[in-house]
Amino acid sequence: MWLARMKTVKLRFAVMLAPLVLFVLLTFDLPVLTMLGWSFSNPTPTVRHYLYVFETPVYLKVIGKTLRIASLTTISCVILGYPLVYWLRGLSPRGRSICLVLVLLPFWISILIRTYAWIVILGNDGIVNRVLIAMRLVHQPVQFLYNELGVLIGMVNVLLPFFVLPLYAAFSRFDERCFQAAASLGGSRRAIFWRLFLPMSGPSVAASATLVFILSLGFYITPAVLGGGNVTMIANMLDVLINTLPRWETAAALSTILMITILILYMVNYRLRSGFSN
Amino acid sequence: MISHQLTSERDTLAPVSRRPAIEVSGLSKHFGTVCAVSDVDLTVAEGEFLSILGPSGSGKSTLLGLVAGLIQPTGGRIVIGSRDVTHVPPAQRDIGLVFQSYALFPNMTVAGNIAFSLAVRGISRRDAKERVEWAIELVRLNGLEHRKPSQLSGGQQQRVAIARALVFGPKLLLLDEPLAALDRKLREEVRLELRRLQGTLGVTTVLVTHDQDEAMSMSDRIAVLAQGVIQQLGSPGELYRQPANRFVAGFLGAANLFHGIIAREGNGAVLALDGGTRLPLAGDYPSLGRRATMLVRPERVNLQPATEAPANRFCIDCHVADVVYQGEIVRYAVEAPPVGPVIASCQHVVPRFSPGDRACFSWRPEDAWLIQDKEE
Repeated sequence: MWLARMKTVKLRFAVMLAPLVLFVLLTFDLPVLTMLGWSFSNPTPTVRHYLYVFETPVYLKVIGKTLRIASLTTISCVILGYPLVYWLRGLSPRGRSICLVLVLLPFWISILIRTYAWIVILGNDGIVNRVLIAMRLVHQPVQFLYNELGVLIGMVNVLLPFFVLPLYAAFSRFDERCFQAAASLGGSRRAIFWRLFLPMSGPSVAASATLVFILSLGFYITPAVLGGGNVTMIANMLDVLINTLPRWETAAALSTILMITILILYMVNYRLRSGFSN
Repeated sequence: MISHQLTSERDTLAPVSRRPAIEVSGLSKHFGTVCAVSDVDLTVAEGEFLSILGPSGSGKSTLLGLVAGLIQPTGGRIVIGSRDVTHVPPAQRDIGLVFQSYALFPNMTVAGNIAFSLAVRGISRRDAKERVEWAIELVRLNGLEHRKPSQLSGGQQQRVAIARALVFGPKLLLLDEPLAALDRKLREEVRLELRRLQGTLGVTTVLVTHDQDEAMSMSDRIAVLAQGVIQQLGSPGELYRQPANRFVAGFLGAANLFHGIIAREGNGAVLALDGGTRLPLAGDYPSLGRRATMLVRPERVNLQPATEAPANRFCIDCHVADVVYQGEIVRYAVEAPPVGPVIASCQHVVPRFSPGDRACFSWRPEDAWLIQDKEE
């Protein structure tokens, strides 16, 4: 009786979940598998497309550039975000929520609008260059746009909240008593930071940083708009391979490489997070 | 259950003759309009074990935080040794702190945790090693030096915290509910460990707890705190036998409390209860006509079958409502309509009464303690 009831409950859940499972299978998993199939077929099975990607300098250059921009974005997020989160911790609860809202605010504005806003701000006649010239720090406008610097600025702007929020969550799980104990044991603020806080925050910084790195590998709009065609990351390359050339098999191989890289990084991220909660 | 025999030995200690280790005077802490600690005066003698006992929200943790320097007082003075530390940061107060949550440093090993205070004092690694070994020996954690806190049991973690707090030879050891997170058996073990350590090292110790058994069994003196005010300060025996007010009487151990007015009867006096019952008073009593509360501990109550009621002294008729067998004692809850419910703890090997039985209870008048009610 009870067992039968259990079974009907389970069945009911299965029926309710079926449309969603079917939807995900058809619209996500199937295309991914098709893409994998394409990357290995010609139409007979082959690894030709992968060899082509690894033998052609332009693709290696794009992969290299993508990894470099992603690394620089991640490092910038750590350098800017860590002090911000550390400072947030010391604020009153009210101050903290105000600052968190300020950090979250950009999420409510379309990424496209934010990216175009940077053109207005960083352009030759933009506010930044006008201020720099007015202060006589430079003689002619600094070229912020249509190069890697512009892409970097745009990407850091988009990704900083993704670094700050998980780190903030991790920091708020720290036992305040630990630092009180350290203070009572004679630790100065500086000693407590270097000996205790920084090592304690290591795993969560690494976890948040890998998250930022993963996200930055797939950026398309920011390099397209702020790079002005001069900065090609993997996603932009894929656009060219699919819409212009078109070489779908090469695109599939490149996508697979990107996906595997991200899966490995996600595993690292998961390990770091689960290791930290222990 | 608390018995007198366990605590009487410690009653004889007279801490007042020793030098004060901490002197707190007029200490207050307000959080906005809430007064957490109100005008507290407290002196702890050198080498003394003092407990601050109170229910949650009584201000006991705030008081400890003030002494440790984690909280800034609104008013008052704190002197440790002979130094005024009211505005000294915690790092310079020379205090070992132990928290309920252990608060071990998760990124360091056991040895690293214990060595922290020595490292930040710039003590050389070699000298520190000796001290750390001594501290590990002290709390019997040999062999676990290189474990991380997450690899230790709760009891072991708390012992690391204790070693960490003692290794630098602090003037004062502050314990904030150190046993509350441990299960019953471990709690007993760490309690004994703490007592032993405190005895050997002779370090002045202040324990904050809500657990009356813990305070009773460990302390030289107990300060009972409620609503930020010390209700009574004294040895465990004093507090148990002669509580200053109804709060202390009810908070430490089980208590039968009877409210009434002091009235004359014959040569002596009685407490005339509101229900009409008259309870005899022995010894001194406050002036006639005053309202007072009589305290009789359950183990002082004699319960007899109704048929054996003595003719020459008072015995109040009752019926047994509940019987709880607790091994060394049997606890009877009895109902005596004009007096109310009363608890009697008897050293019966097997229960002699069952629910529904008619009985009568009494006590020796000198076993009752009279608390004069505050003027309303």
